[in-house]
Amino acid sequence: MTTSSTTASSTGSSTARPLLQTRGLTMRFGGVVAVDHVDFTLQERELRCVIGPNGAGKSTFFKCLTGQLVPSEGDVLYRGTPIAGSGSHRIARLGVGIKTQVPNVFDGLSARDNVWIAAAKVAPGRAAERRTDEAMARVGIAAIGHRLVGQLAHGQRQLVELAMVIAPEPDLILLDEPAAGMTDEEVDRLVDLIAELNRSHALVVVEHDMQFIRRIARIVTVFHQGAVLIEGGVAAILTNEQVRDVYLGKQAASPPHASRGEVSAQRTEGS
Amino acid sequence: MKAGRVKAGPVKAGRMALAGNLAVLAAGLAALFGLPAFAETYLIINSTIFAAFAILALSLALIWGYAGILCFGQAAFFGLGGYTYAVAAINMGETTLPALMAVLLPALFAGLLGYFMFWGRISDVYLGVITLTVSLIFYRFVNQTAGEQWNIGDAPLGGFNGIPSTPILNWPGRAGDQLAPEDIFALSVGLLLAVYFGCKLLLATRFGRILVAIRENETRAELLGYDVRLYKLAIFMLGGAMAGLSGLLFANSVFVSPTMFSLPVSGQIIIWIIIGGLGTLIGPVIGCILMQVLTNWLGTVSQIKGFGWVDPNLVLGVLLVIFVLLVPRGLTGLAAGVWSWLKGLANRAPAERSATREQTDP
Repeated sequence: MTTSSTTASSTGSSTARPLLQTRGLTMRFGGVVAVDHVDFTLQERELRCVIGPNGAGKSTFFKCLTGQLVPSEGDVLYRGTPIAGSGSHRIARLGVGIKTQVPNVFDGLSARDNVWIAAAKVAPGRAAERRTDEAMARVGIAAIGHRLVGQLAHGQRQLVELAMVIAPEPDLILLDEPAAGMTDEEVDRLVDLIAELNRSHALVVVEHDMQFIRRIARIVTVFHQGAVLIEGGVAAILTNEQVRDVYLGKQAASPPHASRGEVSAQRTEGS
Repeated sequence: MKAGRVKAGPVKAGRMALAGNLAVLAAGLAALFGLPAFAETYLIINSTIFAAFAILALSLALIWGYAGILCFGQAAFFGLGGYTYAVAAINMGETTLPALMAVLLPALFAGLLGYFMFWGRISDVYLGVITLTVSLIFYRFVNQTAGEQWNIGDAPLGGFNGIPSTPILNWPGRAGDQLAPEDIFALSVGLLLAVYFGCKLLLATRFGRILVAIRENETRAELLGYDVRLYKLAIFMLGGAMAGLSGLLFANSVFVSPTMFSLPVSGQIIIWIIIGGLGTLIGPVIGCILMQVLTNWLGTVSQIKGFGWVDPNLVLGVLLVIFVLLVPRGLTGLAAGVWSWLKGLANRAPAERSATREQTDP
């Protein structure tokens, strides 16, 4: 059960400075400990999935990383620079992009303007326009560029936000439940996109959909009651008894064909 | 900015915007050159006040409608502009520098106030309360400045009575050579046009677009790397400068008195914007002028025997309630709604055809 951590460090070159590292990261709200002494290390260009039941502290953890919350205790190091307590905009400028759990988009603007605002932070004039179009094409929302984001379906809003996150080409991309509300085709595209993004970017993906995790994950970190329960390869984690007890239940931990309907089974085969 | 857009929608919208701009320009120029030809001095002065108030309306239309900052005390900057001008002009004689100060000082004060509010992360409701309180503190303070101990140099603040001897602007560099009411009118309307189109241009820039994005979602703007506080501070200062400019023009058509800082002034601006349409520039200008005409007319009506019960403020209040409840998007929103309804009526058949085509098109 504890052999998993060695797997994690062996994926990146263990001698190199990690892209992101938290040490004893703790977030308390009154008497509630939402994040409890989390030590988390992510190498450059690593893809990490974070799972855990509702209330395990995953989103709070993300908020501590992006400056939306100031941690009660502990350090967050981004390429060795402490960033805990810095303003969100400062952390974003270092190259951290986040897709939040509830989409944070500009409802009153068109989809293209949404992405343009993201691109314009890092590129001037024509370059911003080019980045905007590229990001929209990559995510597959070029056709809905003129639509008001407030009038889009949840899955499309997720895609707009995803395009906003990737338009500035951040080194670290945090995705909080990116597949929620997406159609099967949109999920397929998301899976491909994550693989493609991972060639040049580090990603941390929080997701509840186990089928989705199976398709994208290599290393998985499991959160439980604010702390890291276990970390390891996806196959080991998804068959782990302890993980099953706290979160997955028998359904998702058993082979997908046996328990899931045809649609999700196909989705797994597709990968 | 339109590059890369393939749909016909924005192009058409661009043409509509151009037509709108030309209409505003034509109306402004018509007022600028047409009105002095036939109007009496009384009407000229009244129209000057309208133009000054319209700039005040624009100042809040910009910061509330586009940056989402509901400042409930815009009167503070309006009054500060007027008093700065009056006091400086009395002391200096020549009025060009005082006129500049009337714009700069409110902007600097807005900068100071804004720094504490935006860096302190004051939430929207408290921002309204704080700005209202600041304007009322000014009101109370200036009201009790009667007596010589409140003279600033040669200028008596005059307490409740204000400064009836507020100097009129002179031609730049020619102290004592005062502008005629017609000149003040031309200056006011010219500045109103300049401010209006200045705001339009500003909103089309990168800064303006980011400002609107911040209004839509502050958290997302922060997470993209924008320092929201700086943007808000900048636009808040610009709003203060515009309100100060309005105060300067008002001081030149009436005179400065503590009522410039009063609650009815701050409240009126909000009413103009709600009636005209929040989130537009032309709406608040139209709302301002309509409400001013209405208030003046109701004032005359209430003088007639038997109509003494007609209270302009009461009518304004009722109108505000009606608009908030029934026409939340204001007159411009109403006009746009009627326009698209008419267009839908006219194009129903072709629209249906194109809709089915879009559906079959993958």
